[in-house]
Amino acid sequence: MITNLLRVLALLIIVFSFTKAQGQQQSAGELHGNFQVDAQYYNKDSLIGAPVVPEKVLTNGFMNLWYTRGDFSAGIRYESYLNVMQGFDPRYRGTGVPFRFASYKNDNFEATVGNFYEQFGNGILLRAYEERGLGYDNAFEGVRVRYQPTRGVYLKGLIARQRTFFTLSPGIVRGFDAEVNLNELIYPNTVKKTIVVLGGGIVSRFQTDQDPIYNLPENVGAFDARLNVIRGKVNFLAEYGYKYNDPNATNGLIYAPGQALSVTTTYSTKGFGLLLAAKRLDNFDFRSDRTAAGIGANINFLPALTRQHTYNLPATIYPYATQPNGEMGFQAELSYKIKNGSLLGGKYGTEITVNFSGTNGIIKNPTSNDTLGYTSPFFKASNEMFFRDFHVEIHKKFNSKLKGTFMYLNWVYNKDVVQGLAGFGTIFADMAVVDISYKLAKRHTLRLETQALISKQDLGSWAMALLEYTYSPHWFVAVLDQFNYGNPNSDLQIHYVTGNAGYTNNGNRIMLQYGRQRAGIFCVGGVCRNVPASNGFSISLLSSF
Amino acid sequence: MTMKYISILLILLSLVSQAQILDNKRPMPEVDVKSIDGMNINTKDFENGDAPIIISFWATWCKPCVTELTNIAEVYEEWQEETGVKLIAISIDDARNQTKVAPFVNGKGWDYEVYLDPNADLKRALNVNLVPHTFLLDKNKQIVWQHNSYAEGDEEHLYELVKKLAEGGEVSEP
Repeated sequence: MITNLLRVLALLIIVFSFTKAQGQQQSAGELHGNFQVDAQYYNKDSLIGAPVVPEKVLTNGFMNLWYTRGDFSAGIRYESYLNVMQGFDPRYRGTGVPFRFASYKNDNFEATVGNFYEQFGNGILLRAYEERGLGYDNAFEGVRVRYQPTRGVYLKGLIARQRTFFTLSPGIVRGFDAEVNLNELIYPNTVKKTIVVLGGGIVSRFQTDQDPIYNLPENVGAFDARLNVIRGKVNFLAEYGYKYNDPNATNGLIYAPGQALSVTTTYSTKGFGLLLAAKRLDNFDFRSDRTAAGIGANINFLPALTRQHTYNLPATIYPYATQPNGEMGFQAELSYKIKNGSLLGGKYGTEITVNFSGTNGIIKNPTSNDTLGYTSPFFKASNEMFFRDFHVEIHKKFNSKLKGTFMYLNWVYNKDVVQGLAGFGTIFADMAVVDISYKLAKRHTLRLETQALISKQDLGSWAMALLEYTYSPHWFVAVLDQFNYGNPNSDLQIHYVTGNAGYTNNGNRIMLQYGRQRAGIFCVGGVCRNVPASNGFSISLLSSF
Repeated sequence: MTMKYISILLILLSLVSQAQILDNKRPMPEVDVKSIDGMNINTKDFENGDAPIIISFWATWCKPCVTELTNIAEVYEEWQEETGVKLIAISIDDARNQTKVAPFVNGKGWDYEVYLDPNADLKRALNVNLVPHTFLLDKNKQIVWQHNSYAEGDEEHLYELVKKLAEGGEVSEP
């Protein structure tokens, strides 16, 4: 199958390059790509739960090679996991070319065969994407067509299976989406004050029923409708999704339909931004394999309605994860810039962000019809709190050399629900961040970041400090220590210390690290990466060309 | 299995023999992106007359990206007056944060042209690994320089290149 596809691809490229080359005098096309390899040598460290690695060294690597020529493009990605690094799914095993495509695109038509990523609207119904640093990739493999019959009308159709690691998920996904931008359609040449965009999609999954007991639906359909109205400073976006009976591994094989609703309004002018958002999810886990749970085979994308944090204690210790089979949440965010030259703003102005988000469960009343599972009043949340995040962030530049970010956070985190565990209960935590950067001289900067997380529950309190020195435009070195000083088990009151150094030149970068690493997203040396718990020496090389 | 590798080799060979793999310039790929007020635009319509364009990939959750754009914002007016340069910020935020982009940009008071790349089509076409990642385009909209990551002061080197382009000089470190 793979071999055949590759042969067809090779043939296509060769045919194209020759016919075009003879047809007209034009560029022979461009070949570009990117490359990344991460390798780590693992030390034994039973304290932090880093498992023994018999191979000693593990590596992940990939290269994209992309060829474009006029309206034609083709590409492949080679991936190598020898063996896959700690913290990634072990189903990434060995090497291969799991991504390959050929595509033709002109002004209003595009056809792609092979692998592709796609998103309908905001992904409530369908989204295939890649997050290489996390090992996430649910690319489609099949055929996709995008067509624009007239300006302002965007149609998409696809039939494909989904990638799960090095195999394809059993279900076949069929999707069609239409989006109409009324302004582009009706007034293509004038700028109107109000912009209206309507959209809707249908997705269906086919998977054979081989269950000896249940009569499972082989075709499961779902649809969504979207409305986006923008008038001057106001932007209103609503999206509703409905899924027909889809008994699956995550909803306890109930036959009830699923629903999702998301509504967001923003208002913003220069120096002021306000966002209000609410969403409700009920039985809306949608996959191309009804037996899949955990990561893999997801057709739709349901992100958490909370701030995505960049500082690593709030970003990695108690991050919220969406509960697709039942949650109701809201988020409000206000950002304001106190003007330059005012009393509070100082010479450079002061930026303030206040954010409050929360999610609860939904009410599930048992019904006598147990194939439907439960009934749930649409506009009511349950009293079970899943998550709260209230925080204030202030960013201030004091003078041409000194600036800082200051943050206070108050969190409630239902560990049992979010992580699917029992017996941990709900955790209350306060956090603070002080991030100061000082310019020593032209191109030389020192940055000190300190963070604290105070909690009496779970692993107790944490403190963290990062000292980073950058020498623009090429070099950085940093030392980072995370100290779990409040751990109720005094043997686990340990320091996670790492040293980092890196060199960047244009699109190339090399980074070295040594030490003990807690799992999470780490932003060091000017980039953010997601890393698993480990102890040892690691090297990371990346290049865009 | 052997056939598979032969096929891969064949593809690579045919590409290498045809493509300008080591050319010092590269045209901006033509990809559809969305403006923050909901309009669809193709990157071939990015326009700045004869002056250079900076393309900066960023995300609302990416601290170094925001630092870079904030630092440039402080000198942007000056840069524009002296060289006519335009900065186009491409947000790679997904559905989780996409609606925040406009209030975020306004809250910061940035004067950039900002577009969304929700399906990462442009990010992939430009082979961006991590954000921040910055590109510099000359007056013919050829990519003449790129840089990933951000350290305080990086914008000074970028501005030297912008000035060089604005004065009619050549930059070629794609």
